[in-house]
Amino acid sequence: MGAEHTVKAFDEDITRLRGLIAEMGGLAEAAVTNAMDALVKGDDALADQVIKGDKRIDALESEVDKLAVRIIALRAPMADDLREVIAALKIAGVVERIGDYSKAIAKAARKIDNRKKFEPLTLLPAMGELAAEMVHDVLTAYAARDAGLAREVIVADTKVDNFYDSIFRNFVSHMVENPATISTSAQLLFVARNIERIGDHATNVAEMVHFAATGTYPADDDGEPLHQTGD
Amino acid sequence: MRQERPIPWPGFVLALVGTLLVVIGGVTPWLGGALLLLWLGSLWLASDRPPPPPPRQVSGTFSREKLGEMIEHSGTPLMMTERNRVIIANEAARDVFGAHILGQDVRVALRQPEAIALIDRDEGGTTSVRGLARRRDIWRISRHPMDGEIAMIELINRTAEADISRAHTDFVANASHELRTPLASIIGYVETLADGGADKATTTRFYDTILREARRLQHLVEDLMSLSRVEAEKHDQPAALIAFSALVERAARDAAGPDRAERLTLECAPNIAIKGEQHQLEQLVRNLVDNALKYGAVDEIVQVILDRTPNHEARLTVTDRGEGIAAEHLPHLTRRFYRTDPSRSRASGGTGLGLAIVKHIVERHRGRLDIASKVGQGTTVTVRIPLTEEAPPLEHTGPLKHRQTKTS
Repeated sequence: MGAEHTVKAFDEDITRLRGLIAEMGGLAEAAVTNAMDALVKGDDALADQVIKGDKRIDALESEVDKLAVRIIALRAPMADDLREVIAALKIAGVVERIGDYSKAIAKAARKIDNRKKFEPLTLLPAMGELAAEMVHDVLTAYAARDAGLAREVIVADTKVDNFYDSIFRNFVSHMVENPATISTSAQLLFVARNIERIGDHATNVAEMVHFAATGTYPADDDGEPLHQTGD
Repeated sequence: MRQERPIPWPGFVLALVGTLLVVIGGVTPWLGGALLLLWLGSLWLASDRPPPPPPRQVSGTFSREKLGEMIEHSGTPLMMTERNRVIIANEAARDVFGAHILGQDVRVALRQPEAIALIDRDEGGTTSVRGLARRRDIWRISRHPMDGEIAMIELINRTAEADISRAHTDFVANASHELRTPLASIIGYVETLADGGADKATTTRFYDTILREARRLQHLVEDLMSLSRVEAEKHDQPAALIAFSALVERAARDAAGPDRAERLTLECAPNIAIKGEQHQLEQLVRNLVDNALKYGAVDEIVQVILDRTPNHEARLTVTDRGEGIAAEHLPHLTRRFYRTDPSRSRASGGTGLGLAIVKHIVERHRGRLDIASKVGQGTTVTVRIPLTEEAPPLEHTGPLKHRQTKTS
């Protein structure tokens, strides 16, 4: 990692780029966790914090965009450097979406009342935890350029999808039995959907991390890719 | 600096000899005396000036390598940053974040918003951060700026302290509900027996039921105890070196017992070593094998395989050919007291804690647990635990990157 470049300025730029992505990721990760906490505990202040915090993620995304364009324009990176810059550009976009989904969850959290009596709510935290863990792992994989960990994240997405199916069924039967709670259930169904999307986006990032690290997209099965263009 | 003023003896001697020669050469003694006085005086004054300072590499500029060596073996994760790039990270810090952080922007290691706020603050300080290395862990980060652009960052893990109180409440909540059921039935049967009037056959049946419920209670208490123990220790990674291959074989046979031994097939790759705690790993294998034998079809085999993954992990897979588990149950299997079929689980003496215990043991060993199942075909539980770097088994001597990729 970090083979010396003859142009020191390039090294500095790319380090800064990685730093910005990491900062964005940290914010998105915290947003997912806080949004779920706000939902479970009914903490409106925390929900507001998540909603406001999304602006910072957006600002960072445009900063990443500018820096990446500047690097490409001024330094004309080649091979794995170029791959890294392109991956950073795409990852920033996806992380920003994760922030948006967290914001949506926080907004839904504000709309739910009398959560004490609401039994399906107990299923969501575990699902949120899985998705948040994927986001955490994929950011760690990005930082370490760890293709193995990126593959783990991709595999973990099935778990979140299964969880979503399970919750969907559970909520529908709950709605049938308790028509009075349908609007709340529907809100929670959207939350589950958002969590599922967060998992999908973490998977997208994982694929890009894999690409940035190895130059190949991960194989479908859990076997090793045919050849590794090592780092 | 207030030391004895050094007397420049060679200078004095030279001055004396010089003056003597001048006087002999015919200069008036008075003039010679004045010359001597001037000479000696100037020598004397010059000697008062402190000697030029010796080149000072030792104190002021501690070389980076020296400093790195000094903090290297500290148990506390320590990092040094220059203009927010990590220039030194000691062993403990590399354990937490991975070696890649060296030379990177410090935000790559500390991406949490609270940590970034701390880094952006010029005067340094302390903050608490969640989810630094693993989700939901809690660390205290202190940052001390030194001169100019260099700063020292110290990390202290506070997760265990924060977790203890939560673990206690959970324990009480779980235990009370599950303990009440068997107790209620024991009390009911004993009351009926105490009333008398039951015939011999009924009495025997009641005694059997009481015994079964009491045993169940006993298992439940044992499982609850080990669950809360594993949970309490979850954050300190065990350090003992375990010969995992031998342990798996032993524990799997142990779990099967003589009655079910012929249903068990074992394939253990030799010389797999991991860091772990023996009792917990044994319990992990026992629980998995026991589950597989219990829920697999009665006449089908249970396959236990231990091998290495290309990612430098030990992989234990336990496969049964039972009726399988429906997909909607899979996400919940590791929750405490979750049962796909409560009546059957109780009948076979399950406590509903086996997989929860397994999950916590795996987490404590920094591993991963995956459960895959197809209805009608059976269930496969996979546990992966990182292989240890120390005392590598014979086949593993090369560096990580050039590991052989085995197809398994």
